[in-house]
Formats: sequence, structure tokens, C-alpha cells
Amino acid sequence: MTHEMSMSLSSVAVLLGMGAFHGVNPGMGWLFAVALGMQEQRRTAVWRALLPLGAGHALAIAAAVAIAVLAGIAVPLHDLRWPVAGILIALGASRLIRHRHPRWVGMRVGMAGLTLWSFLMASAHGAGLMVVPVFLAMAVAGHGEHHMMVASAPVAAIFATLVHALGYLLVTAVIAVLVFEKLGVGLLRKAWLNLDVIWAAALIGTGAITVLM
Amino acid sequence: MAQWRPDQSFYPSPKMAMEAPAEKIAYVSLLNSNESSADALGVVDVDPASSAYGRLIGQVDMPNAGDELHHFGWNACSSCLCPYSPHPHMERRYLVVPGLRSSRIHILDIKPDARNPRIVKVIEPEAVMRGTGYSRPHTSHCGPDGIYMNAIGSVDGGGPGGIFMMDPETFELKGAWEKERGPQFLAYDFWWHLGHDTMLTSEWGTPDMVENGVNPELLLAGKYGHAIHIWDLAKRRHQQVLDLGAEQQMALELRPSHDPNKTYGFVGVVVSLKDLSASVWLWHREGANGNGAWKIRKVIEIPAEPADAERLPPLLKGFGAVPPLVTDIDLSLDDRFLYVSCWGTGELRQYDVSDPFQPIQTASVRLGGIARRTAHPGQPDKALNGGPQMVEISRDGRRVYVTNSLYRSWDQQFYPEGLQGWLAKLDVSDGGGMELDPKLFLQLDRMRPHQVRLEGGDASSDSYCFS
Repeated sequence: MTHEMSMSLSSVAVLLGMGAFHGVNPGMGWLFAVALGMQEQRRTAVWRALLPLGAGHALAIAAAVAIAVLAGIAVPLHDLRWPVAGILIALGASRLIRHRHPRWVGMRVGMAGLTLWSFLMASAHGAGLMVVPVFLAMAVAGHGEHHMMVASAPVAAIFATLVHALGYLLVTAVIAVLVFEKLGVGLLRKAWLNLDVIWAAALIGTGAITVLM
Repeated sequence: MAQWRPDQSFYPSPKMAMEAPAEKIAYVSLLNSNESSADALGVVDVDPASSAYGRLIGQVDMPNAGDELHHFGWNACSSCLCPYSPHPHMERRYLVVPGLRSSRIHILDIKPDARNPRIVKVIEPEAVMRGTGYSRPHTSHCGPDGIYMNAIGSVDGGGPGGIFMMDPETFELKGAWEKERGPQFLAYDFWWHLGHDTMLTSEWGTPDMVENGVNPELLLAGKYGHAIHIWDLAKRRHQQVLDLGAEQQMALELRPSHDPNKTYGFVGVVVSLKDLSASVWLWHREGANGNGAWKIRKVIEIPAEPADAERLPPLLKGFGAVPPLVTDIDLSLDDRFLYVSCWGTGELRQYDVSDPFQPIQTASVRLGGIARRTAHPGQPDKALNGGPQMVEISRDGRRVYVTNSLYRSWDQQFYPEGLQGWLAKLDVSDGGGMELDPKLFLQLDRMRPHQVRLEGGDASSDSYCFS
């Protein structure tokens, strides 16, 4: 860990927690893993789906954080809060009004297709964007309000991405296996709470906290 | 308003949907026998515990005359639970009701009062044609990623017919669906195998081939549709033609297996030029994993029935026989029973298709018919015309509803004395067998019922991504 960045225990916990929150959402991957298992009637199909789902999700986080790192070269970190907060709140508000996401894939999906699907779902839902303020907080804590050190930023970005992806993947794997082996998809009818509203609230809340940062 | 839990009429699998509660309301499209009056959507009480059981308890007249209401569908259904495009908190709330002749599309809201749907949007014919490049919208299915509809014609009344999409919340038209049409030109029905990203389409005729009645010259020349088309549902590309041969005229209703893992389904053929028989064909995919080429074969053939010429309409007098005219088929949610309507001979057949390659007939019920005019047990002294046509099965497979109108100009050719509309219900026994419910027989003076949709979904309204 570079000394400029503050990888506090709390930021790790927040990153893991956000990953877990993303993983719980049936629309983020575990349900697809279960469906592929049911389609092939083999549990290995569930396990096989986890890697591309995790990779796609991690890529979405990495892409959002990378954009923040690049922006951080040009703009003082403290000022970056404003556009990030603005985008988060706008995205959250739009999701409260309408639920849209990309559509192009079907049930017959290969590993590359599943990775891309996971990347697009995470990106469209603002999963990566939600992580950016945590990353910024880490960077600001390490640096004060100055520009980010170019050398240390990628390491921090990769760390933040991996910690988040770990949280996501653990929860995705546990739920997918549990539903496939024990619970069955019938539970969807009762247990699939409308996370869109909570998700939108999370985006808006994260945006608000970013401003106060 | 956002829903907290999934719509409770959505089920992940067809097996789970069979546990659904029995419907208490049926919606039915009603063609006005007077062409200059408006068609309507009717609401029928089908709750046996109700004092209004079997009666028309609501009727929404369309704003214009001459629509020719025909098929209709829901804005959202069980396919909203599909994992690749989940929208579990949509509501099954709107009926999409196209006019097959006018090209006008109506959106009806059933939420405030399921017994009194309200028209909330009307898309005028010009807008439909401008927004899709098609005319004469026909079938509507709620897909995982929006409403899919098809149309049998192009804007000028010729071809090609095809598929277009509509937003399930705003009902904005999203344009033609196909990216690569291949040789497809004629259209009638469409449906899919969601588990295999496969779309199927069937063939009737272009508007100029059907709107003035069946054209005997075109028919005898084998010009009506006789093929089904296989498409890549995700890539929107034509993949394969399954041609039944030109003597098999009009390949209409498509009933794919409801189990998304299976790769077979049934299509009904109206008439064979060889002997006036009708038939049902099975499409299936070869290969251990169901990944090979698609094939098709005839699995049911229903012969024409000899009849005196004086009992026959002018179109059939020369033949001395009544063709069965299989105009609709329907498959129960467990993929076990196939119901086959013979609109000409006035018969509804039930087949056990547990082995889809070898259907076994398990029951037959007679009602109406060109020559027979079989009465309903609820009114045994009244000869009926028309025959079982559109057939709909309840989700649990216990009840079957049939109506007797086909299409205005064709009704006139086959039942020229004037088709009297009726809707009947049959009760299905465990393990096969069915009988008419004497208490549910709705006769309508001015209206001719066509498709029935059951409250909460039925055997041709929903599709599933989990088996």
C-alpha cells in the first residue's frame, strides 16, 4: 500500500458492503447463474457462470474508477465531488422514474457474452459510479485536497475494484448456490423486493454524502 | 407507482403457474356483426360461485367502427422474471388490443376495475404504419424486453408482414423488429422458445389475399402460407424455413412447448388441397443437446367429413364434404394436452402429447359445424352455427374456453346465413377427457367472440425462462 493512500479498515468495509449490496440484486447476476444451471441441469453451470459475472462486474467498477482517476489528473479531487455527486443524484432520480437497462442478450450466452452482460448491467445501474465516491474519499484522505499522485492512483483503483468485486462475488455465489440447490426459483415471487427503489435511494444518498465529503 | 414485490401473477416456470388460482374473469374480443358499429372488448364472469356466472358483465366499445378485433395480449407477464432482462416489478395491467382490419391499436387499463377496463391510449392506423412499416397488427406477446407484436401486411396491403416492438410502459412503437428477414414474406402468428433464443413465425396471407374472403384461385394454386420460419430471437435474424409443402394451405397457430428447456412445438394447418383434411405438425430440434437443425413432421391428420351439397355453402358445394378447418390449437402449461379446434366440422379434440411425436386422441366434443349444427347441452334444442375456433386453457389446465368466430369475411363464406356468436366452456378431467359445462354458454346477438384472455394469464399469454 502506498503511504499517500489511506486504505482504512472502514473504506474496505464500505467497498465490501457495496459489493454485497450489488450481489444481492437478482438483476445483477445470481439469478442468471441459477437459470443457466437449470438450463443445463448441472450445478457446474452455476459455478461456471460466476467467473464471467464477477469479471464483468469488476470491469464496470474499474471503468468508472479509471475515469475518476483520469479526471483526477486534471481537476482537484475536492472539486471532482461536484460532478460525481450530480451524476449520482441524476441517475438515482431517473431510476426512480423508469427502470431501463440494456437489452441484447438471450438465454444462450457464452462466457464472453455473460461478462459483457454483467459489465453492461452493472454500468447501466450505476454500480461503478457508486464506488467512485468511496475511492475519492480514500484518495482525498491520503492527499488532502490536491491532485492525485499519478503513480499511486492505479494501485488504489485496482485495490478498490478487487475488494468491491470480492464482496459482490461472495454474495452472488452464496445466493446462486443456495437458490439452485435448496430454495428454488419459486422464492422470487415472494422475496424479490423492488431493489430499484432502494438502489435509486442508494445512488442519491451516495451523491449527497459525496457533496458533504 | 412502484411495486414492492413481483406481480403475483408472474411465475418463474410453467409448472409453478399451474398452481395459480382459478380465473374469475375472462376478457374476450367481440366483433360487431354490423360492420358500421364498433367492436368491443367483453368481460365475462367465469366464477362458478358468482350469481352472474357465464354472463357478459362488462363491455368496452372501441371508439371507431370497423377495427376487426381479433387477438390481444398483456403488456407484461411471467417473462418479466427472465434473468437476462428482469423487470419483476412491472404490472400485468394493460391489454394491448389491435384492430386487424383498421390497423388501430388500443391500450386498455384493467387496474382500477378489472370488470370495467378503460381505454387509456389509442394509436391511430397512420401512426402504426409510420412507426413500424407494417399494417394489420395481429398477435401480441409480452416478451422479456418489451411487447412484441406482429402484422400480416405492409403499409400498402401487400407484404411482407412482420414483427414490431412496443414499449411496455409508454406504448411507444419501437419500429420493425427484423434485422435480416431472409425469404420470409407472409405472416400470421409468432412465438418463441425463450430458453433457446429462438423465434418462430407462421404464414397466412397478405391483407390483399385475405380481406375479401378466402380466394379459391389462390387457394387451389397453393398460394397461401405453408411454411414456418425459425429466427434468432436475440440477433433478430432469419435462420431456417420449414416448408410443409404447397398443398398444406395456411399454417397458423404456433404452440411451442412451455418448458423453456424443450425444443419442440405444434402448428396447425387449416386445409390440405389433396383431400381437404386438416393437420397438426410438430417442429423439433435435432441433436442430443437440442442444438442441431430444426425439422418438422405431420403428427395429426383430421379427415374431411362427407356432407350433402344442400348443407354446404357455395364455396364447398362442389366438394360434397366439410373440411375440418383447424384454425386454432392450444397447449396446456404442462405440455401434456393439445386442444385442436375444427371450425368447419364443429369439433374440439383433445390429444395427449406427452410423447409429442405420437399424439393420442383422448377426447372429442361436438358443437356447431357447417353440416352438423350440434347444439349445446345448456340449450339442447337450438342448432348452432360456427364451430369451436379460438381455444384458451386455464393455467391449471382444468378449464377450456372456446369461441366461434374466425374473421368477418371468412365467417360469411363458411356460415353465409350469418354467424351467431357464442362462447362455451369445458371442464377437463384428470388424465384426459372433457365435457361442456351446461351452465357456461354465452350467446351473443350482435357480437361475435374471438380470442379469450383469462385474468392473471392463460396457456397462450405467458412465457417462461425457468423450467
